Amino acid sequence: MEKFIKHSGSALPLRRSNVDTDQIIPAVYLKRITKSGFEDGLFAAWRNDPSFVLNQPQFKNATILVAGPDFGTGSSREHAVWALQNYGFKVVLSSRFADIFRGNSQKMGLLTVILTQDEIENIWQTIEKSADTQITVDLESKTVSYDGKTLTFTIDDYTRWRLMEGLDDIGLTFTKIDEVSKFEEKRASFKPKTLPIL
Amino acid sequence: MGKTLAEKIWSEHVVSSTAGEPDLLYIDLHLIHEVTSPQAFDGLRLANRKVRRPDLTIATEDHNVPTLNIDKPIADPVSKLQVDTLRKNCVEFGVRLHSLGDVDQGIVHVVGPQLGITQPGMTIVCGDSHTSTHGAFGALAFGIGTSEVEHVLATQTLPLLRPKTMAINVEGSLKAGVTSKDIILAVIAKIGTGGGQGYILEYRGSAIRELSMEARMTICNMSIEAGARAGLIAPDQTTFDYVKGKPHAPTGAEWDLAVAYWKTLTTDSDAKFDKEVNLNADELAPFVTWGTNPGQGLPLSASVPNPSDFANAEDRGAAERALEYMDLKPGTPLKSIKVDTVFLGSCTNGRIEDLRSAASIIKGKKIASSLRLLVVPGSARVRLQAESEGLDKVFLDAGAEWRSAGCSMCLGMNPDQLKPGERAASTSNRNFEGRQGKGGRTHLVSPLVAAATALKGTLASPADL
Repeated sequence: MEKFIKHSGSALPLRRSNVDTDQIIPAVYLKRITKSGFEDGLFAAWRNDPSFVLNQPQFKNATILVAGPDFGTGSSREHAVWALQNYGFKVVLSSRFADIFRGNSQKMGLLTVILTQDEIENIWQTIEKSADTQITVDLESKTVSYDGKTLTFTIDDYTRWRLMEGLDDIGLTFTKIDEVSKFEEKRASFKPKTLPIL
Repeated sequence: MGKTLAEKIWSEHVVSSTAGEPDLLYIDLHLIHEVTSPQAFDGLRLANRKVRRPDLTIATEDHNVPTLNIDKPIADPVSKLQVDTLRKNCVEFGVRLHSLGDVDQGIVHVVGPQLGITQPGMTIVCGDSHTSTHGAFGALAFGIGTSEVEHVLATQTLPLLRPKTMAINVEGSLKAGVTSKDIILAVIAKIGTGGGQGYILEYRGSAIRELSMEARMTICNMSIEAGARAGLIAPDQTTFDYVKGKPHAPTGAEWDLAVAYWKTLTTDSDAKFDKEVNLNADELAPFVTWGTNPGQGLPLSASVPNPSDFANAEDRGAAERALEYMDLKPGTPLKSIKVDTVFLGSCTNGRIEDLRSAASIIKGKKIASSLRLLVVPGSARVRLQAESEGLDKVFLDAGAEWRSAGCSMCLGMNPDQLKPGERAASTSNRNFEGRQGKGGRTHLVSPLVAAATALKGTLASPADL
């Protein structure tokens, strides 16, 4: 996973609430067996509409998605995170994220930042007025800066450290694998096994 | 202070706990399917890792598989490649797989309980958000992403921050014609699609205790639709009776040991939930969604709401968008809405009791000529059971299509899809835009409402026939 310390870029306003992962990447795109190439499926149904914000040339190079509340609800498909990353997004800002989507983002190094809805509204208004506004998201200082303003956000220290170091969770868990073995020795004998097939 | 059920199961699975870090939780059962696993197995191969516990892992083919002509090769080459990839991965890593055509193939959340590998007190994960279904047994079960699938394959654990707990108290008794699907749709309408975010839900109260295991699964299944990763119900005699005798259920002295433990799996009387929500079962009626998220639901007797009635600007905007997508006008009685397709199936309502209750309404009658009724059993065994009871004939005689098992039109990954503009009454779990096919419109309903709607042609409950 790539380290995330600080990112600056322009942003795209997605003024919709409850954007579920079926909208982020429809199921027909999930048949692929790789983690790349999902950018064509990102918001696929909405992109048929020429006025949809992703089709507006002024937001073409945006790397920060500024989304409405309850972003990423529904299906657990991590393809939603891959599609956003494949398209070029590094950060998503929203007032509320669905739990599984947020967890998936944090595994892949797509930073999800929670701001208040008022703060999101102000950013929307700013970037709608001037699409080339540069927004800087600094994970070290836990701030979002744009247009002379600085907002702070919270994130748990462990996730922040892991993202800033670009550490893979599996590698970290392997440092505790002896404890896993010890735990396994104590597991109740009546717990079911899938093998052999009965 | 006592512990809630969720807290008990959680603490009994903590492998390692460090202040300021997520707990490392042991996973008792990992369910796999073709769509969210290929990249995880690739990750194992790249890092030269093995599946740590193939004996706690099981795979089935469900999401993208066809429900017609399952004895022939899968026609869609991309779907076929994904299924073939699962088959190769399961052979390479020694994972048990139930393939298309196998008697234990079916939707992963229907297969686990029927094999008896879903038991109280377990931690269960799957790369599918409806894993919460297994919570009906008093298990802590939740959906995960593909990175987490890889993590569980490699280590049989997951690092997780402990969620808060919420009690959903449903007291009273359901009236005839009202089902557990109506309970959960009413819960979601009440707390919203984000209401459960950060929580594990525990469904409690007399109305919950009266429910069968399958009805309980329907409720827990849709916990994610309220934003909660997991939802559970304390195990009781109904649970024990259901598990007993299943292929992987404990036997003899092990059974007694297990039941003695399972009986401890209740929320202590002095435990405190972070939040409580109350619902009166006596007041519930058949529910139906009118919008494009599962929180946009109302009793069937109501009318399409007017967006201007919503005080909150976000809800108003969402309602406006939803009505435009659904092509509905405010004030239209829900019962006057004509549907083109009725879908009976999915991990929410594709079990034998669901098929029986729908068949009881349809028996001896014909579906409306204006629509199609698609009946998709949740698993091959559900299909066989239904056929042994003659339910297939009831559906076929009424003019319905009787299919093989899979997720089917619930998510429209296989050929079972709505056409643009087509409207469905569906016993599944999500009415998102395009969920059941690009441009398709979905109304979520119970199996009873689905059956009555199929006969009438417009959204209806059995009482309307």
